[in-house]
Amino acid sequence: MTEDHQDSIGTSRRSGSRFRPARRPPAFIAVPAAIGLALFALPVLGLLGRAPWSRLATLLGSDMALEALRLSAISSVSAAIISLFLGVPVAWILCRYEFPGRSLVRGLVLLPMVLPPVVGGAALLFALGRRGLVGSPLYEATGIVLPFSTGGVILAGVFVAMPLMVLTVEGALRGLDHRFERAAETLGAGRWTVLRRVTIPMIAPSVVAGIALTWARALGEFGATLTFAGNLQGRTQTLPLAVFVALESDRDTALALSLVMVVVSLAVIVALRDHWWRNG
Amino acid sequence: MARRLIAGSFAILLFVSCAGAGTRGSDRVEVLVAAASSLTDAFRDIEAAFEEAHPGIDVVLNLGGSSLLREQILARAPVDAFAPANVAIMEEVRAAGLVSGSARVFARNTMTIAVPAGNPGGVTGLDDLARPELLVGLCAETVPCGRFTRQILLKAGVTARPDTEEPNVRALLTKVERGELDTGIVYATDVRGADGVIAIAIPEVYNVTTDYPVAIMSGTSHPEAATAFVAYVLSDEGRVLLGRHGFELP
Repeated sequence: MTEDHQDSIGTSRRSGSRFRPARRPPAFIAVPAAIGLALFALPVLGLLGRAPWSRLATLLGSDMALEALRLSAISSVSAAIISLFLGVPVAWILCRYEFPGRSLVRGLVLLPMVLPPVVGGAALLFALGRRGLVGSPLYEATGIVLPFSTGGVILAGVFVAMPLMVLTVEGALRGLDHRFERAAETLGAGRWTVLRRVTIPMIAPSVVAGIALTWARALGEFGATLTFAGNLQGRTQTLPLAVFVALESDRDTALALSLVMVVVSLAVIVALRDHWWRNG
Repeated sequence: MARRLIAGSFAILLFVSCAGAGTRGSDRVEVLVAAASSLTDAFRDIEAAFEEAHPGIDVVLNLGGSSLLREQILARAPVDAFAPANVAIMEEVRAAGLVSGSARVFARNTMTIAVPAGNPGGVTGLDDLARPELLVGLCAETVPCGRFTRQILLKAGVTARPDTEEPNVRALLTKVERGELDTGIVYATDVRGADGVIAIAIPEVYNVTTDYPVAIMSGTSHPEAATAFVAYVLSDEGRVLLGRHGFELP
Protein backbone atom coordinates (compact mmCIF):
# COMPACT_ATOMS: atom_id res chain seq x y z
CA MET A 1 0.00 0.00 0.00
CA THR A 2 2.64 2.53 1.07
CA GLU A 3 4.88 1.39 -1.73
CA ASP A 4 2.16 2.15 -4.20
CA HIS A 5 1.75 5.65 -2.87
CA GLN A 6 5.43 6.37 -3.03
CA ASP A 7 5.54 5.05 -6.53
CA SER A 8 2.78 7.28 -7.77
CA ILE A 9 4.43 10.27 -6.16
CA GLY A 10 7.66 9.35 -7.89
CA THR A 11 5.90 9.04 -11.23
CA SER A 12 4.13 12.34 -10.97
CA ARG A 13 7.27 14.12 -9.91
CA ARG A 14 9.02 12.80 -12.95
CA SER A 15 6.35 14.22 -15.21
CA GLY A 16 6.77 17.58 -13.48
CA SER A 17 3.37 17.81 -11.77
CA ARG A 18 2.95 19.12 -8.25
CA PHE A 19 0.17 16.64 -7.49
CA ARG A 20 0.32 14.92 -4.10
CA PRO A 21 -2.15 12.18 -3.25
CA ALA A 22 -4.61 13.20 -0.54
CA ARG A 23 -5.19 10.89 2.41
CA ARG A 24 -8.83 10.29 1.72
CA PRO A 25 -10.79 10.93 -1.50
CA PRO A 26 -13.83 13.25 -1.31
CA ALA A 27 -17.25 11.58 -1.32
CA PHE A 28 -18.12 12.68 -4.86
CA ILE A 29 -15.19 10.58 -6.05
CA ALA A 30 -15.23 7.79 -3.48
CA VAL A 31 -18.90 6.85 -3.96
CA PRO A 32 -18.94 6.41 -7.75
CA ALA A 33 -15.52 4.76 -7.52
CA ALA A 34 -16.82 2.26 -4.99
CA ILE A 35 -19.84 1.50 -7.17
CA GLY A 36 -17.57 1.11 -10.17
CA LEU A 37 -15.26 -1.26 -8.32
CA ALA A 38 -18.21 -3.26 -7.00
CA LEU A 39 -19.34 -3.72 -10.58
CA PHE A 40 -16.00 -5.39 -11.32
CA ALA A 41 -15.75 -7.35 -8.10
CA LEU A 42 -19.28 -8.68 -7.67
CA PRO A 43 -19.37 -10.99 -10.73
CA VAL A 44 -16.01 -12.47 -9.70
CA LEU A 45 -17.32 -13.01 -6.18
CA GLY A 46 -20.45 -14.60 -7.60
CA LEU A 47 -18.28 -16.99 -9.57
CA LEU A 48 -16.10 -17.82 -6.57
CA GLY A 49 -19.16 -18.41 -4.41
CA ARG A 50 -20.69 -20.91 -6.81
CA ALA A 51 -17.48 -22.65 -7.86
CA PRO A 52 -17.41 -26.43 -7.26
CA TRP A 53 -14.19 -26.30 -5.22
CA SER A 54 -14.13 -29.92 -4.04
CA ARG A 55 -14.57 -31.39 -7.53
CA LEU A 56 -12.34 -28.90 -9.31
CA ALA A 57 -9.57 -31.34 -10.20
CA THR A 58 -11.99 -33.97 -11.56
CA LEU A 59 -13.93 -31.41 -13.58
CA LEU A 60 -10.81 -29.88 -15.11
CA GLY A 61 -9.49 -33.36 -15.91
CA SER A 62 -12.34 -34.16 -18.28
CA ASP A 63 -11.59 -34.52 -22.00
CA MET A 64 -13.68 -31.50 -22.86
CA ALA A 65 -11.89 -29.30 -20.30
CA LEU A 66 -8.39 -30.50 -21.17
CA GLU A 67 -8.89 -30.09 -24.90
CA ALA A 68 -10.39 -26.63 -24.42
CA LEU A 69 -7.44 -25.63 -22.21
CA ARG A 70 -4.92 -26.91 -24.76
CA LEU A 71 -6.68 -25.25 -27.67
CA SER A 72 -7.06 -21.94 -25.86
CA ALA A 73 -3.38 -21.94 -24.90
CA ILE A 74 -2.28 -22.61 -28.48
CA SER A 75 -4.67 -20.23 -30.18
CA SER A 76 -4.31 -17.28 -27.79
CA VAL A 77 -0.49 -17.43 -27.80
CA SER A 78 -0.45 -17.75 -31.60
CA ALA A 79 -2.83 -14.82 -31.94
CA ALA A 80 -0.62 -12.69 -29.67
CA ILE A 81 2.53 -13.58 -31.65
CA ILE A 82 0.90 -12.83 -35.01
CA SER A 83 -0.48 -9.57 -33.60
CA LEU A 84 3.06 -8.67 -32.55
CA PHE A 85 4.57 -9.19 -35.99
CA LEU A 86 1.73 -7.50 -37.86
CA GLY A 87 0.53 -4.95 -35.31
CA VAL A 88 3.86 -3.26 -34.51
CA PRO A 89 4.51 -2.40 -38.19
CA VAL A 90 0.95 -1.09 -38.49
CA ALA A 91 1.48 1.12 -35.43
CA TRP A 92 4.79 2.25 -36.91
CA ILE A 93 3.22 3.32 -40.18
CA LEU A 94 0.29 5.04 -38.49
CA CYS A 95 2.64 7.00 -36.24
CA ARG A 96 5.61 7.83 -38.45
CA TYR A 97 4.24 8.34 -41.94
CA GLU A 98 1.89 10.93 -43.37
CA PHE A 99 -0.46 9.64 -46.01
CA PRO A 100 -3.93 10.59 -47.24
CA GLY A 101 -6.75 8.97 -45.29
CA ARG A 102 -4.56 8.12 -42.32
CA SER A 103 -7.27 8.83 -39.76
CA LEU A 104 -9.65 6.64 -41.74
CA VAL A 105 -7.09 3.81 -41.69
CA ARG A 106 -6.66 4.27 -37.94
CA GLY A 107 -10.42 4.04 -37.51
CA LEU A 108 -10.44 0.86 -39.57
CA VAL A 109 -7.75 -0.66 -37.38
CA LEU A 110 -9.69 0.09 -34.21
CA LEU A 111 -13.04 -1.03 -35.63
CA PRO A 112 -12.80 -4.61 -34.25
CA MET A 113 -12.68 -3.12 -30.74
CA VAL A 114 -16.09 -1.50 -31.02
CA LEU A 115 -17.76 -3.92 -33.41
CA PRO A 116 -19.77 -6.67 -31.72
CA PRO A 117 -17.54 -9.75 -32.09
CA VAL A 118 -20.40 -11.68 -33.71
CA VAL A 119 -20.51 -9.07 -36.45
CA GLY A 120 -16.73 -9.34 -36.78
CA GLY A 121 -17.09 -13.11 -37.13
CA ALA A 122 -19.75 -12.75 -39.80
CA ALA A 123 -17.56 -10.21 -41.63
CA LEU A 124 -14.65 -12.66 -41.50
CA LEU A 125 -16.94 -15.34 -42.91
CA PHE A 126 -17.99 -13.07 -45.78
CA ALA A 127 -14.34 -12.30 -46.53
CA LEU A 128 -12.49 -15.52 -45.76
CA GLY A 129 -15.20 -18.19 -45.72
CA ARG A 130 -15.31 -20.88 -48.37
CA ARG A 131 -17.72 -18.72 -50.37
CA GLY A 132 -16.09 -15.46 -49.27
CA LEU A 133 -14.44 -12.66 -51.20
CA VAL A 134 -10.90 -13.94 -50.64
CA GLY A 135 -11.76 -17.33 -49.17
CA SER A 136 -13.41 -18.57 -52.33
CA PRO A 137 -10.38 -18.13 -54.67
CA LEU A 138 -8.16 -19.41 -51.85
CA TYR A 139 -10.27 -22.56 -51.62
CA GLU A 140 -10.32 -23.04 -55.40
CA ALA A 141 -6.55 -22.67 -55.62
CA THR A 142 -5.35 -24.52 -52.55
CA GLY A 143 -8.28 -26.36 -50.99
CA ILE A 144 -7.68 -24.48 -47.72
CA VAL A 145 -10.82 -23.83 -45.68
CA LEU A 146 -10.28 -21.41 -42.79
CA PRO A 147 -13.67 -21.62 -41.04
CA PHE A 148 -14.14 -24.63 -38.77
CA SER A 149 -10.37 -24.99 -38.34
CA THR A 150 -7.93 -24.10 -35.56
CA GLY A 151 -6.42 -21.61 -38.01
CA GLY A 152 -9.80 -19.93 -38.11
CA VAL A 153 -9.82 -19.65 -34.30
CA ILE A 154 -6.40 -17.97 -34.39
CA LEU A 155 -7.51 -15.64 -37.18
CA ALA A 156 -10.59 -14.57 -35.22
CA GLY A 157 -8.33 -13.95 -32.21
CA VAL A 158 -5.94 -11.80 -34.24
CA PHE A 159 -8.83 -9.84 -35.71
CA VAL A 160 -10.33 -8.86 -32.37
CA ALA A 161 -7.09 -8.54 -30.38
CA MET A 162 -4.58 -6.84 -32.71
CA PRO A 163 -6.11 -3.34 -32.28
CA LEU A 164 -4.87 -3.45 -28.66
CA MET A 165 -1.33 -4.03 -29.88
CA VAL A 166 -1.55 -1.22 -32.44
CA LEU A 167 -3.04 1.16 -29.89
CA THR A 168 -0.44 0.41 -27.20
CA VAL A 169 2.58 0.56 -29.47
CA GLU A 170 1.41 3.62 -31.39
CA GLY A 171 0.98 5.44 -28.10
CA ALA A 172 4.52 4.52 -27.09
CA LEU A 173 5.98 5.60 -30.43
CA ARG A 174 4.12 8.90 -30.23
CA GLY A 175 5.43 9.60 -26.74
CA LEU A 176 8.99 8.76 -27.75
CA ASP A 177 11.57 11.52 -27.56
CA HIS A 178 12.93 11.71 -31.10
CA ARG A 179 16.13 13.36 -29.91
CA PHE A 180 17.49 9.99 -28.80
CA GLU A 181 17.11 8.55 -32.27
CA ARG A 182 18.52 11.68 -33.88
CA ALA A 183 21.47 11.65 -31.51
CA ALA A 184 22.23 8.06 -32.45
CA GLU A 185 22.06 8.99 -36.13
CA THR A 186 24.46 11.92 -35.72
CA LEU A 187 26.82 9.54 -33.95
CA GLY A 188 26.89 7.49 -37.13
CA ALA A 189 24.38 4.72 -36.42
CA GLY A 190 22.55 3.34 -39.45
CA ARG A 191 18.75 3.03 -39.62
CA TRP A 192 18.82 -0.60 -38.56
CA THR A 193 21.13 0.07 -35.62
CA VAL A 194 18.99 2.97 -34.43
CA LEU A 195 15.93 0.77 -34.61
CA ARG A 196 17.58 -2.14 -32.83
CA ARG A 197 19.58 -0.28 -30.18
CA VAL A 198 17.43 2.80 -29.50
CA THR A 199 13.83 2.66 -30.68
CA ILE A 200 12.92 -0.94 -29.85
CA PRO A 201 14.43 -0.88 -26.34
CA MET A 202 12.56 2.36 -25.63
CA ILE A 203 9.17 1.04 -26.69
CA ALA A 204 9.79 -2.48 -25.34
CA PRO A 205 7.67 -2.06 -22.18
CA SER A 206 4.68 -1.02 -24.28
CA VAL A 207 5.25 -3.86 -26.71
CA VAL A 208 5.22 -6.31 -23.80
CA ALA A 209 2.06 -4.72 -22.43
CA GLY A 210 0.60 -4.98 -25.93
CA ILE A 211 1.45 -8.67 -26.09
CA ALA A 212 -0.25 -9.27 -22.75
CA LEU A 213 -3.37 -7.34 -23.71
CA THR A 214 -3.73 -9.06 -27.09
CA TRP A 215 -3.16 -12.43 -25.49
CA ALA A 216 -5.78 -11.80 -22.81
CA ARG A 217 -8.27 -10.51 -25.36
CA ALA A 218 -7.67 -13.50 -27.65
CA LEU A 219 -8.05 -15.88 -24.69
CA GLY A 220 -11.46 -14.43 -23.89
CA GLU A 221 -12.61 -14.22 -27.49
CA PHE A 222 -16.01 -15.81 -28.04
CA GLY A 223 -18.38 -14.25 -30.56
CA ALA A 224 -16.15 -14.00 -33.59
CA THR A 225 -14.72 -17.46 -32.91
CA LEU A 226 -18.14 -19.09 -32.71
CA THR A 227 -19.42 -17.30 -35.80
CA PHE A 228 -16.34 -17.76 -37.94
CA ALA A 229 -14.72 -20.95 -36.68
CA GLY A 230 -17.70 -22.81 -35.24
CA ASN A 231 -17.59 -25.08 -32.22
CA LEU A 232 -15.98 -28.53 -32.27
CA GLN A 233 -14.26 -30.12 -29.32
CA GLY A 234 -10.51 -30.44 -29.88
CA ARG A 235 -10.48 -28.33 -33.06
CA THR A 236 -12.26 -25.03 -32.47
CA GLN A 237 -13.84 -25.31 -29.00
CA THR A 238 -11.78 -22.88 -26.92
CA LEU A 239 -12.36 -22.21 -23.22
CA PRO A 240 -15.06 -19.56 -23.67
CA LEU A 241 -16.95 -21.78 -26.12
CA ALA A 242 -16.63 -24.78 -23.80
CA VAL A 243 -17.99 -22.63 -20.96
CA PHE A 244 -20.91 -21.51 -23.11
CA VAL A 245 -21.82 -25.05 -24.17
CA ALA A 246 -21.26 -26.54 -20.72
CA LEU A 247 -23.33 -23.81 -19.05
CA GLU A 248 -26.39 -25.44 -20.62
CA SER A 249 -25.60 -29.03 -19.67
CA ASP A 250 -22.90 -29.27 -17.03
CA ARG A 251 -22.81 -26.10 -14.98
CA ASP A 252 -20.04 -27.26 -12.65
CA THR A 253 -17.62 -27.82 -15.52
CA ALA A 254 -18.57 -24.40 -16.89
CA LEU A 255 -17.83 -22.80 -13.53
CA ALA A 256 -14.54 -24.65 -13.16
CA LEU A 257 -13.41 -23.50 -16.62
CA SER A 258 -14.52 -19.94 -15.89
CA LEU A 259 -12.49 -20.02 -12.72
CA VAL A 260 -9.38 -21.04 -14.68
CA MET A 261 -9.90 -18.12 -17.04
CA VAL A 262 -10.34 -15.64 -14.19
CA VAL A 263 -7.27 -16.85 -12.32
CA VAL A 264 -4.97 -17.03 -15.35
CA SER A 265 -6.03 -13.67 -16.79
CA LEU A 266 -5.84 -11.91 -13.45
CA ALA A 267 -2.41 -13.38 -12.71
CA VAL A 268 -1.00 -12.21 -16.03
CA ILE A 269 -2.50 -8.74 -15.79
CA VAL A 270 -1.39 -8.19 -12.19
CA ALA A 271 2.12 -9.48 -12.90
CA LEU A 272 2.41 -7.19 -15.90
CA ARG A 273 1.20 -4.17 -14.05
CA ASP A 274 3.97 -4.65 -11.51
CA HIS A 275 6.75 -5.41 -13.93
CA TRP A 276 6.25 -3.26 -16.96
CA TRP A 277 3.47 -0.75 -16.74
CA ARG A 278 4.91 0.96 -13.71
CA ASN A 279 7.84 2.25 -15.72
CA GLY A 280 6.05 2.42 -19.04
CA MET B 1 -13.58 17.92 -37.97
CA ALA B 2 -13.42 14.91 -35.67
CA ARG B 3 -15.39 16.72 -33.00
CA ARG B 4 -18.11 17.66 -35.44
CA LEU B 5 -18.24 14.05 -36.62
CA ILE B 6 -18.69 12.79 -33.07
CA ALA B 7 -21.30 15.43 -32.26
CA GLY B 8 -23.12 14.53 -35.48
CA SER B 9 -23.12 10.82 -34.67
CA PHE B 10 -24.51 11.46 -31.22
CA ALA B 11 -27.19 13.73 -32.63
CA ILE B 12 -28.25 11.01 -35.05
CA LEU B 13 -28.26 8.37 -32.31
CA LEU B 14 -30.31 10.61 -30.06
CA PHE B 15 -32.76 11.39 -32.83
CA VAL B 16 -33.19 7.74 -33.78
CA SER B 17 -33.70 6.62 -30.20
CA CYS B 18 -36.23 9.40 -29.55
CA ALA B 19 -38.08 8.59 -32.76
CA GLY B 20 -38.11 4.92 -31.77
CA ALA B 21 -39.45 5.74 -28.34
CA GLY B 22 -42.10 7.97 -29.87
CA THR B 23 -43.63 5.26 -32.01
CA ARG B 24 -43.65 2.77 -29.14
CA GLY B 25 -45.37 4.89 -26.55
CA SER B 26 -44.40 4.46 -22.95
CA ASP B 27 -47.81 3.43 -21.60
CA ARG B 28 -47.83 0.02 -23.28
CA VAL B 29 -47.49 -3.08 -21.14
CA GLU B 30 -44.38 -5.03 -22.04
CA VAL B 31 -44.60 -8.82 -22.27
CA LEU B 32 -41.28 -10.63 -22.50
CA VAL B 33 -41.60 -13.91 -24.38
CA ALA B 34 -38.67 -16.35 -24.39
CA ALA B 35 -39.01 -18.59 -27.44
CA ALA B 36 -36.93 -21.28 -29.15
CA SER B 37 -34.76 -20.22 -32.11
CA SER B 38 -36.81 -22.41 -34.43
CA LEU B 39 -39.87 -20.27 -33.67
CA THR B 40 -38.14 -17.07 -34.82
CA ASP B 41 -40.12 -16.36 -38.00
CA ALA B 42 -43.47 -17.69 -36.79
CA PHE B 43 -43.33 -15.75 -33.53
CA ARG B 44 -42.31 -12.54 -35.28
CA ASP B 45 -45.49 -12.84 -37.35
CA ILE B 46 -47.54 -13.70 -34.28
CA GLU B 47 -46.02 -10.73 -32.43
CA ALA B 48 -47.03 -8.34 -35.20
CA ALA B 49 -50.58 -9.73 -35.49
CA PHE B 50 -51.06 -9.84 -31.72
CA GLU B 51 -49.87 -6.26 -31.22
CA GLU B 52 -52.28 -5.11 -33.88
CA ALA B 53 -55.12 -6.82 -32.03
CA HIS B 54 -53.89 -5.59 -28.62
CA PRO B 55 -52.50 -2.06 -29.09
CA GLY B 56 -51.87 -1.72 -25.36
CA ILE B 57 -49.39 -4.60 -25.23
CA ASP B 58 -45.83 -4.61 -26.50
CA VAL B 59 -44.46 -8.12 -27.07
CA VAL B 60 -40.69 -8.40 -26.71
CA LEU B 61 -39.24 -11.63 -28.06
CA ASN B 62 -36.13 -13.22 -26.60
CA LEU B 63 -35.22 -15.86 -29.18
CA GLY B 64 -32.44 -18.34 -28.49
CA GLY B 65 -31.46 -21.94 -27.95
CA SER B 66 -34.10 -23.48 -25.65
CA SER B 67 -31.57 -24.59 -23.06
CA LEU B 68 -29.97 -21.13 -22.90
CA LEU B 69 -33.44 -19.66 -22.35
CA ARG B 70 -34.07 -22.28 -19.65
CA GLU B 71 -30.86 -21.19 -17.88
CA GLN B 72 -31.96 -17.56 -18.04
CA ILE B 73 -35.36 -18.44 -16.59
CA LEU B 74 -33.83 -20.61 -13.87
CA ALA B 75 -31.65 -17.61 -13.01
CA ARG B 76 -34.93 -15.70 -12.55
CA ALA B 77 -34.86 -13.62 -15.72
CA PRO B 78 -38.08 -11.56 -15.82
CA VAL B 79 -39.77 -13.71 -18.48
CA ASP B 80 -43.55 -13.58 -18.81
CA ALA B 81 -44.12 -16.50 -21.19
CA PHE B 82 -41.91 -19.34 -22.38
CA ALA B 83 -42.07 -21.47 -25.54
CA PRO B 84 -39.17 -23.96 -25.78
CA ALA B 85 -38.67 -26.51 -28.56
CA ASN B 86 -39.16 -29.43 -26.23
CA VAL B 87 -41.54 -30.54 -23.48
CA ALA B 88 -38.69 -31.83 -21.28
CA ILE B 89 -37.23 -28.35 -20.98
CA MET B 90 -40.57 -26.94 -19.91
CA GLU B 91 -40.78 -29.71 -17.30
CA GLU B 92 -37.42 -28.65 -15.83
CA VAL B 93 -38.70 -25.10 -15.48
CA ARG B 94 -41.90 -26.44 -13.93
CA ALA B 95 -39.88 -28.55 -11.48
CA ALA B 96 -38.23 -25.33 -10.30
CA GLY B 97 -41.72 -23.99 -9.56
CA LEU B 98 -41.56 -21.29 -12.21
CA VAL B 99 -44.53 -22.28 -14.39
CA SER B 100 -47.88 -20.73 -13.65
CA GLY B 101 -50.88 -22.89 -14.60
CA SER B 102 -50.43 -25.57 -17.24
CA ALA B 103 -48.22 -25.80 -20.29
CA ARG B 104 -50.06 -26.42 -23.59
CA VAL B 105 -48.59 -27.90 -26.74
CA PHE B 106 -49.28 -25.51 -29.63
CA ALA B 107 -47.12 -26.80 -32.48
CA ARG B 108 -45.16 -29.78 -33.74
CA ASN B 109 -42.06 -29.99 -35.86
CA THR B 110 -39.86 -32.62 -37.51
CA MET B 111 -36.25 -32.60 -38.63
CA THR B 112 -34.78 -32.46 -42.13
CA ILE B 113 -31.40 -32.50 -43.83
CA ALA B 114 -30.51 -29.06 -45.18
CA VAL B 115 -28.07 -28.35 -48.02
CA PRO B 116 -27.16 -25.06 -49.71
CA ALA B 117 -28.75 -24.23 -53.09
CA GLY B 118 -27.19 -26.37 -55.79
CA ASN B 119 -26.27 -29.06 -53.24
CA PRO B 120 -22.49 -28.75 -53.87
CA GLY B 121 -21.73 -31.76 -51.67
CA GLY B 122 -24.11 -34.04 -53.58
CA VAL B 123 -25.91 -34.99 -50.38
CA THR B 124 -28.74 -37.51 -50.82
CA GLY B 125 -29.41 -38.86 -47.33
CA LEU B 126 -28.26 -39.36 -43.75
CA ASP B 127 -25.29 -41.54 -44.83
CA ASP B 128 -23.64 -38.48 -46.37
CA LEU B 129 -23.20 -36.94 -42.93
CA ALA B 130 -20.44 -39.49 -42.35
CA ARG B 131 -18.44 -38.45 -45.44
CA PRO B 132 -15.16 -36.96 -44.20
CA GLU B 133 -14.64 -34.66 -47.20
CA LEU B 134 -17.88 -32.76 -46.57
CA LEU B 135 -18.21 -29.85 -44.15
CA VAL B 136 -20.94 -31.06 -41.83
CA GLY B 137 -22.61 -29.02 -39.09
CA LEU B 138 -24.88 -30.29 -36.33
CA CYS B 139 -26.66 -28.58 -33.47
CA ALA B 140 -24.79 -28.98 -30.17
CA GLU B 141 -26.08 -31.85 -28.07
CA THR B 142 -27.14 -29.41 -25.36
CA VAL B 143 -30.01 -27.92 -27.40
CA PRO B 144 -33.14 -29.89 -28.39
CA CYS B 145 -32.28 -29.72 -32.09
CA GLY B 146 -28.95 -31.40 -31.33
CA ARG B 147 -30.56 -34.05 -29.16
CA PHE B 148 -33.09 -34.92 -31.88
CA THR B 149 -30.31 -35.04 -34.46
CA ARG B 150 -28.40 -37.58 -32.40
CA GLN B 151 -31.54 -39.68 -31.87
CA ILE B 152 -32.06 -39.75 -35.64
CA LEU B 153 -28.43 -40.64 -36.38
CA LEU B 154 -28.54 -43.37 -33.74
CA LYS B 155 -31.70 -44.88 -35.21
CA ALA B 156 -30.23 -44.74 -38.71
CA GLY B 157 -26.92 -46.19 -37.52
CA VAL B 158 -24.92 -43.29 -38.97
CA THR B 159 -21.78 -41.98 -37.28
CA ALA B 160 -21.70 -38.35 -38.40
CA ARG B 161 -18.40 -36.48 -38.70
CA PRO B 162 -19.36 -32.93 -37.75
CA ASP B 163 -17.00 -30.01 -38.36
CA THR B 164 -18.92 -27.80 -35.99
CA GLU B 165 -21.58 -28.13 -33.29
CA GLU B 166 -23.59 -24.93 -33.36
CA PRO B 167 -25.24 -23.70 -30.16
CA ASN B 168 -28.55 -22.96 -31.85
CA VAL B 169 -30.33 -24.02 -34.99
CA ARG B 170 -30.37 -20.56 -36.57
CA ALA B 171 -26.59 -20.31 -36.48
CA LEU B 172 -26.36 -23.70 -38.17
CA LEU B 173 -28.93 -22.79 -40.79
CA THR B 174 -27.13 -19.54 -41.63
CA LYS B 175 -23.88 -21.38 -42.25
CA VAL B 176 -25.58 -23.91 -44.52
CA GLU B 177 -27.41 -21.10 -46.30
CA ARG B 178 -24.10 -19.28 -46.88
CA GLY B 179 -22.60 -22.44 -48.34
CA GLU B 180 -19.92 -22.52 -45.64
CA LEU B 181 -21.24 -25.94 -44.65
CA ASP B 182 -22.24 -28.64 -47.11
CA THR B 183 -25.01 -30.04 -44.95
CA GLY B 184 -26.64 -30.07 -41.53
CA ILE B 185 -29.76 -31.31 -39.77
CA VAL B 186 -32.29 -28.62 -38.88
CA TYR B 187 -36.02 -28.29 -38.24
CA ALA B 188 -38.30 -28.80 -41.23
CA THR B 189 -39.77 -25.35 -40.62
CA ASP B 190 -36.36 -23.69 -40.84
CA VAL B 191 -35.80 -24.74 -44.42
CA ARG B 192 -39.24 -23.55 -45.40
CA GLY B 193 -38.39 -20.03 -44.34
CA ALA B 194 -34.91 -19.92 -45.87
CA ASP B 195 -34.13 -18.97 -49.46
CA GLY B 196 -30.77 -20.51 -50.23
CA VAL B 197 -31.47 -23.87 -48.61
CA ILE B 198 -32.90 -27.11 -49.95
CA ALA B 199 -34.45 -29.81 -47.76
CA ILE B 200 -33.63 -33.47 -48.18
CA ALA B 201 -36.23 -35.50 -46.32
CA ILE B 202 -35.26 -37.84 -43.52
CA PRO B 203 -37.14 -41.17 -43.80
CA GLU B 204 -40.07 -41.24 -41.40
CA VAL B 205 -38.78 -44.34 -39.59
CA TYR B 206 -35.70 -42.42 -38.41
CA ASN B 207 -37.23 -38.98 -37.97
CA VAL B 208 -38.44 -37.54 -34.67
CA THR B 209 -41.31 -35.23 -33.90
CA THR B 210 -41.01 -32.52 -31.27
CA ASP B 211 -43.77 -30.75 -29.39
CA TYR B 212 -43.60 -27.03 -28.60
CA PRO B 213 -45.23 -26.18 -25.28
CA VAL B 214 -46.09 -22.67 -24.16
CA ALA B 215 -46.77 -21.51 -20.60
CA ILE B 216 -47.01 -18.41 -18.47
CA MET B 217 -44.19 -17.98 -15.97
CA SER B 218 -45.11 -17.67 -12.32
CA GLY B 219 -42.81 -14.65 -11.95
CA THR B 220 -44.71 -12.58 -14.53
CA SER B 221 -45.49 -9.02 -13.58
CA HIS B 222 -48.19 -8.75 -16.29
CA PRO B 223 -50.26 -11.94 -15.92
CA GLU B 224 -53.18 -10.60 -17.97
CA ALA B 225 -51.09 -9.54 -20.92
CA ALA B 226 -49.10 -12.78 -20.78
CA THR B 227 -52.34 -14.79 -20.69
CA ALA B 228 -53.63 -12.87 -23.70
CA PHE B 229 -50.46 -13.64 -25.65
CA VAL B 230 -50.51 -17.36 -24.82
CA ALA B 231 -54.21 -17.49 -25.73
CA TYR B 232 -53.40 -15.86 -29.06
CA VAL B 233 -50.69 -18.45 -29.81
CA LEU B 234 -53.26 -21.21 -29.17
CA SER B 235 -56.06 -19.42 -31.06
CA ASP B 236 -57.14 -20.02 -34.65
CA GLU B 237 -55.29 -16.87 -35.77
CA GLY B 238 -52.12 -18.14 -34.11
CA ARG B 239 -52.55 -21.57 -35.66
CA VAL B 240 -52.88 -20.10 -39.14
CA LEU B 241 -49.61 -18.21 -38.73
CA LEU B 242 -47.81 -21.28 -37.32
CA GLY B 243 -49.18 -23.43 -40.14
CA ARG B 244 -47.94 -20.90 -42.68
CA HIS B 245 -44.42 -21.44 -41.36
CA GLY B 246 -44.64 -25.19 -41.75
CA PHE B 247 -45.48 -26.22 -38.20
CA GLU B 248 -47.79 -29.16 -37.71
CA LEU B 249 -50.68 -28.36 -35.42
CA PRO B 250 -51.84 -30.57 -32.54
